[in-house]
Amino acid sequence: MTLTTEENTTDLAPVCTVRGLRVGLTHRPGVDVVDGIELALRPGEVVGLVGESGSGKTTVGTAMLGHTRTGAEIESGAVELEGNDILGLAPDEIRLLRGEEVAYMPQDPAAALNPSIRIGRQIVELLELRGIDTAEGRLARAREGLREVALPDDDEFLGRYPHQLSGGQVQRVALAMAFLPRPKVLVLDEPTTGLDVTTQTMVLETMHRLCETHGVAALYVTHDLAVIGNIADRVAVMYAGRIIELGRREQVFEAPTHPYTRALLDAIPHVSQARRLTGIPGSTPAPGRRPGGCRFHDRCAFATPACGEQEPAPVEVAPGHEVRCLRTGEIGSWDINLGRAVDREVPAEREVILSVTGLDVSYGRTQVVHDVSFDLARGECVALVGESGSGKTTISRSIGGLHRQWTGSVVFDGHELAGSARRRPVEDRKRIQYIFQNPYMSLNPRHTVGEIVRRPMELFGLAKGKKATARVEELLDAVALAPSVMSLRTDSLSGGERQRVAIARALAAQPEILVCDEITSALDVSVQGAIVELLERLRTQRGISMLFVTHNLALVRSIADRVDILQGGRLVESGPVVRVMEDPQQDYTRTLLDNTPRID
Amino acid sequence: MAATEATLDAQKSAPPAAPAGRSPVAAWSLWLARRLGLAALTLWLVSVLVFLATAALGDPVRAILGKEAETSQGRANQIREQLHLDDSLWDRYWHWLGGLLTGDPGTSVANGLPVSELISDRVLNSAVLVAAAAVIIIPVSFGVALLSARLRGRKGDTAIQVVLLTLAGLPEFIVGIVLVAVFSTVVFHALPAVTISAGGEAPWTQPASMILPVLTLVIAVAPYVIRIMRSTLLEVLDSDYVELARLKGVPEKVVLRRHALRNAIVPGIQVIALQLAWLAGGIVIVEYLFSYPGMGASLVDSVRNSDIPMVQVLAMIIAAVYVIVNLVADVLSILFTPRERTAISS
Repeated sequence: MTLTTEENTTDLAPVCTVRGLRVGLTHRPGVDVVDGIELALRPGEVVGLVGESGSGKTTVGTAMLGHTRTGAEIESGAVELEGNDILGLAPDEIRLLRGEEVAYMPQDPAAALNPSIRIGRQIVELLELRGIDTAEGRLARAREGLREVALPDDDEFLGRYPHQLSGGQVQRVALAMAFLPRPKVLVLDEPTTGLDVTTQTMVLETMHRLCETHGVAALYVTHDLAVIGNIADRVAVMYAGRIIELGRREQVFEAPTHPYTRALLDAIPHVSQARRLTGIPGSTPAPGRRPGGCRFHDRCAFATPACGEQEPAPVEVAPGHEVRCLRTGEIGSWDINLGRAVDREVPAEREVILSVTGLDVSYGRTQVVHDVSFDLARGECVALVGESGSGKTTISRSIGGLHRQWTGSVVFDGHELAGSARRRPVEDRKRIQYIFQNPYMSLNPRHTVGEIVRRPMELFGLAKGKKATARVEELLDAVALAPSVMSLRTDSLSGGERQRVAIARALAAQPEILVCDEITSALDVSVQGAIVELLERLRTQRGISMLFVTHNLALVRSIADRVDILQGGRLVESGPVVRVMEDPQQDYTRTLLDNTPRID
Repeated sequence: MAATEATLDAQKSAPPAAPAGRSPVAAWSLWLARRLGLAALTLWLVSVLVFLATAALGDPVRAILGKEAETSQGRANQIREQLHLDDSLWDRYWHWLGGLLTGDPGTSVANGLPVSELISDRVLNSAVLVAAAAVIIIPVSFGVALLSARLRGRKGDTAIQVVLLTLAGLPEFIVGIVLVAVFSTVVFHALPAVTISAGGEAPWTQPASMILPVLTLVIAVAPYVIRIMRSTLLEVLDSDYVELARLKGVPEKVVLRRHALRNAIVPGIQVIALQLAWLAGGIVIVEYLFSYPGMGASLVDSVRNSDIPMVQVLAMIIAAVYVIVNLVADVLSILFTPRERTAISS
């Protein structure tokens, strides 16, 4: 899946240039959200702006339209649109540029289309307000726009409300709406987050085709390097409010120079090869807590004392490839194959610990899982993969005893498991532990980390008093958390740290099976890398079996031994990871693989 | 890429919400019938409670006559007969309910006149008072809430909030007294302080006398509505679709009117309904204060005289207003929420 334009757009004059942009917080003078942003967009070009949460990428995106979120303001810099600085304009003048000159497509169009206005009205709203064209002309344009994004253009469709569309359709309506006034610049803020891979591919293709046909310069803001690797002509990597590396896509992906870019690339899983995923130590600092000097120096493996003192200026390492690092020439080159791991061999003798046969699961009168059978061996990681609605989470909830409306047989270590966790003996409950997708919801905010991790030990009578405290310390150490977090409540922890606490809590019960339900999907890639690293260590050292539920096939390649592909509640294909990925037998598996973004 | 084309086609051919099944009219009728049934059930339960609370607890004769109950045996027997106290509780209830449903809710114990005759004017007067207040409350609340939300965090907003909180904190009789002092007695003598309706003439024949009661009700109710509307509006103004509308270049006025208000209106409808329903029973003090010949004043008198048939009917009317106003609010809420609306008709 490669979408980028082959012809060189670098010769064209930029349509939009950002110079020395600085956005600060209104109530905290001197604290910047982003600073020193320099960026140029040329007609027909897609520039990927990539960064983890808290890097300021969305702030840069909306600043292109002269807009900031409440509490922030543009302090200095210029956003030049065809040579004129739009930041100097009066609010009403900026407003006239929005939509017609610079269009914006938001993070979650499902929430961004007004739920109480029919889509036909929403699409033409701007044209109507600006008095462009007649009513019939506008309607004709709306129909044409919908055809361009491969949607029906009849009255029935125009008369629908946003909730009557699927996720991919909403996204394409938002695209059609953004392109309708024929803007020169388009800012897209993570428009495909939360979409299934097949839908994502379709939306990206549509976007790319429209940018090309209409010569629109696009700024694609995302946290997903894999998507960027497929659609961007140039890539800007942001860290803690600064662009730390900027270059053509090949340059950034093949010769990444900033240690942060390299660390990010080391953290992302690939669908074509198994990798030893690693995280980046520490966490992304929020505005106001960013260190002086190079903002990455305190997490950087190559940092010298000078990095902490001197703010690095952009260095051109190749034509059009700029890096903000003091040690660009000294840290050697990077090779993607360094992180490559050997694909797991599934041994001929498997000691099956959990065996699922003929599982049917229903919610009320609707059956959502049909006749699913698979098994899990000791010390093995089995991935359940599927798109939304495939029943993967439902299956894991049934096995974990959280959903009890199921029939079939689940045999755990020689005996049948009861339907719901309440009816299972203590021993069964202790031996199967469940980790939830969202660590912001799964930990009680009123308990300290120590209390959370200690709880299963008390519940299952494993340890008490000092012994328990010592065990908590040991477990926190195992998930790479300092003992000092024991007395903290979870609201002072980052997402990655919370998920580590959730893992430590599961480990406290000394389980034999961990059911991991999309446990990395709410986390940044570098944090995901660290969590995967941790799970891998737990699996090999403690021999824990894992049922890993995910929608991310690339992640499966790096973490699982076996994979079960689900579609609409039925098992489509299953087998060892290498076999399924290299030689898929089913069309659906091939579709999923084809649509998963690849970097190589 | 071939696979993607296939999926694209699959997506096109699978509209998620194609209207199917029953016709919209039938679906709506069914829904409305169910809601009306529920409303009737609620009212029936209320009737049981009202009846038990007024007629079955204690001895009505003693309640009505007080110490005279023992001395004037004739009057006591008369009341016993009038209230059918010799029948079983069950018979009395069905008799009463039947009368209620056929428009004959009995006779007043206090003056022997039919209840329906006594209260019909009173109910109408109160309804006019509440309706007049509602006509003012609704646009004023929406307007002030919009203004306040637009000025969020600025001085104007803070001032509005302080004033509203003060007004919300004042009991309505204080508001009434202050208004009387300002407009009719101490400061100005512009408006009549009480409603004098000579010879059963409807109070709105003298519009000036309606102004202060209506104003008191508006001041008692509007602050709550405005505060709820404002917080809903702020929530909506922070939503992604409002942000998108702004980034799309839609002028702020249109953003507020078309994008924000439309989605904030539903909680507004609900709180207005609750307040109007509350007014139906809660205007007692205001009516008393302005000597307004309404239902509230009637209720106070009936309770004081232990005029059980009157109390029962008035309580039922108030309950019916609650149920009907809330039903109307629910219907409006659904009409204003496309997701709910399409869920019923498809």
